[in-house]
Amino acid sequence: MFELLGISPQALFGQLLIGLINGSFYAMLSLGLAVIFGMLNIINFTHGAQYMIGAFVAWYALQYFGLNYWWSLLIAPIVVGAFGIVLERTMLQRLYKLDHLYGLLLTFGIALILQGFFLNEFGSSGLPYPIPPSLQGGQNLGFMFLPNYRAWVIVFSLVVCLVTWYLIERTKLGSYLRAATENPTLVQAFGINVPRMITLTYGFGVGLAALAGVLAAPIYRVNPLMGADLIIVVFAVVVIGGMGSILGSVVTGFALGIIEGLTKVFYPEASNTVIFVIMAIVLLLKPAGLFGRTA
Amino acid sequence: MRETAVGQPLLSVKNLHAWYGESHILHGAEFEIYPGEVVTLLGRNGAGKTTTLKSIMGIVPKRTGSIIFEGTELIDLPSNRIARLGIAFCPEERGIFASLDVEENLLLPPQVKNGGLTVDQIFELFPNLKERLRSQGTKLSGGEQQMLAIARILRTGAQLLLLDEPTEGLAPVIIQQIGATIRRLKERGFTILLVEQNFRFASTLADRHYVMEHGRIIDMIPNAHLAANMDKLHDYLGV
Repeated sequence: MFELLGISPQALFGQLLIGLINGSFYAMLSLGLAVIFGMLNIINFTHGAQYMIGAFVAWYALQYFGLNYWWSLLIAPIVVGAFGIVLERTMLQRLYKLDHLYGLLLTFGIALILQGFFLNEFGSSGLPYPIPPSLQGGQNLGFMFLPNYRAWVIVFSLVVCLVTWYLIERTKLGSYLRAATENPTLVQAFGINVPRMITLTYGFGVGLAALAGVLAAPIYRVNPLMGADLIIVVFAVVVIGGMGSILGSVVTGFALGIIEGLTKVFYPEASNTVIFVIMAIVLLLKPAGLFGRTA
Repeated sequence: MRETAVGQPLLSVKNLHAWYGESHILHGAEFEIYPGEVVTLLGRNGAGKTTTLKSIMGIVPKRTGSIIFEGTELIDLPSNRIARLGIAFCPEERGIFASLDVEENLLLPPQVKNGGLTVDQIFELFPNLKERLRSQGTKLSGGEQQMLAIARILRTGAQLLLLDEPTEGLAPVIIQQIGATIRRLKERGFTILLVEQNFRFASTLADRHYVMEHGRIIDMIPNAHLAANMDKLHDYLGV
């Protein structure tokens, strides 16, 4: 069959794996964006920078405090989440009643400042971050070689996405979040501290970005522009999946990663644009996105 | 059940002003509600009835004056703190959440005090809801949504219920069922402030009626004197 199509199985499965890896990052990042957009009504353009800072926190922790990868999986989301909470309390909070444009401008501006700062400090070539010893090596599956770390990234991000989905769709806390997304005034009038919930939601969303950043560090190097490169595609994923849809962003993230990988095999020239072509088609046919609810 | 001394109002509103942006809606409303009473706010559209409920609940953009509930001043408290003191609000638009199923809607408001109804007691009042627990909240009929909106605030232990036009747009048989429910809530000792256009319905339930006009309370009619004041009331309400 592979001979018929004129491609080697190695190339196909190799690109599928890369697609799944990219899809893992698309899913985790668009999930955070969806959660934030649902609650705060803010399009968080700082998301890419927060992902990048997550990777830098991991690098810093290893370089200066000797804290390994596993510690960073815990510390980076907390540090970046706390930074997000300060940002929300001091600035974002003032924008909820205004047009989306203001939130976009503020978060985009903050992203540029953060990126500029890190570029100035570390340059654009990126810093190496080692794969943790216990995840080095790989498995020969017969038809392809699967590096352990990549398998870990795919499984871990799937678990993170599923846990987040469960938290939001199946728990009491999640019912508060969903209800507050629809009608924050009424939820607060039932006795729930909605402003605090919004702050924590933002912290959680950017914490997810930081977690993705730590996962990415051993694969892509730690680079000040790593978020900027990714975030445009992630926004396309969010638009395709439907703004604010949790399940939509996860499924679309993984699916588009795979589609992108397959395009690299079958028609490499289109691999950089395929996601945007899909976005245009989806916007024409279903303006609210594949999983979006029309308001 | 309740320790508030007889003769002491449960809720006392004085010189209440409220604004939506530039428009000044309430102009010094004053009234009192005693424990265990069912009191209605009557008045024409735009008189400020809904705004009065929202001001008590703390969900208008700006309000001044004094609202004292069981000795606590509410005027500077955010709505979540007001709810925690034992006041619950059922909005006119019902506010059933589309992204929650019926059970989630019912269990959403947290319990703020002891003495609320149990879920079983609620199903006894509203048997329809029990059949539809897994349905999406907004897939219920209008009447069922209204029942759900009332049901969910009975669990919380709040003793003062603010009901905004619970009968609006509903069929007579459902209005009767809601009336029966309110009567049973009164028997259980709930205090209820009811905004109602349908004063025929209100007269079957209420102890007293306050009449609002232009953001003020202009009259108070005890239910026993309603018949004697019919002409005056028709005049107030323009019916």
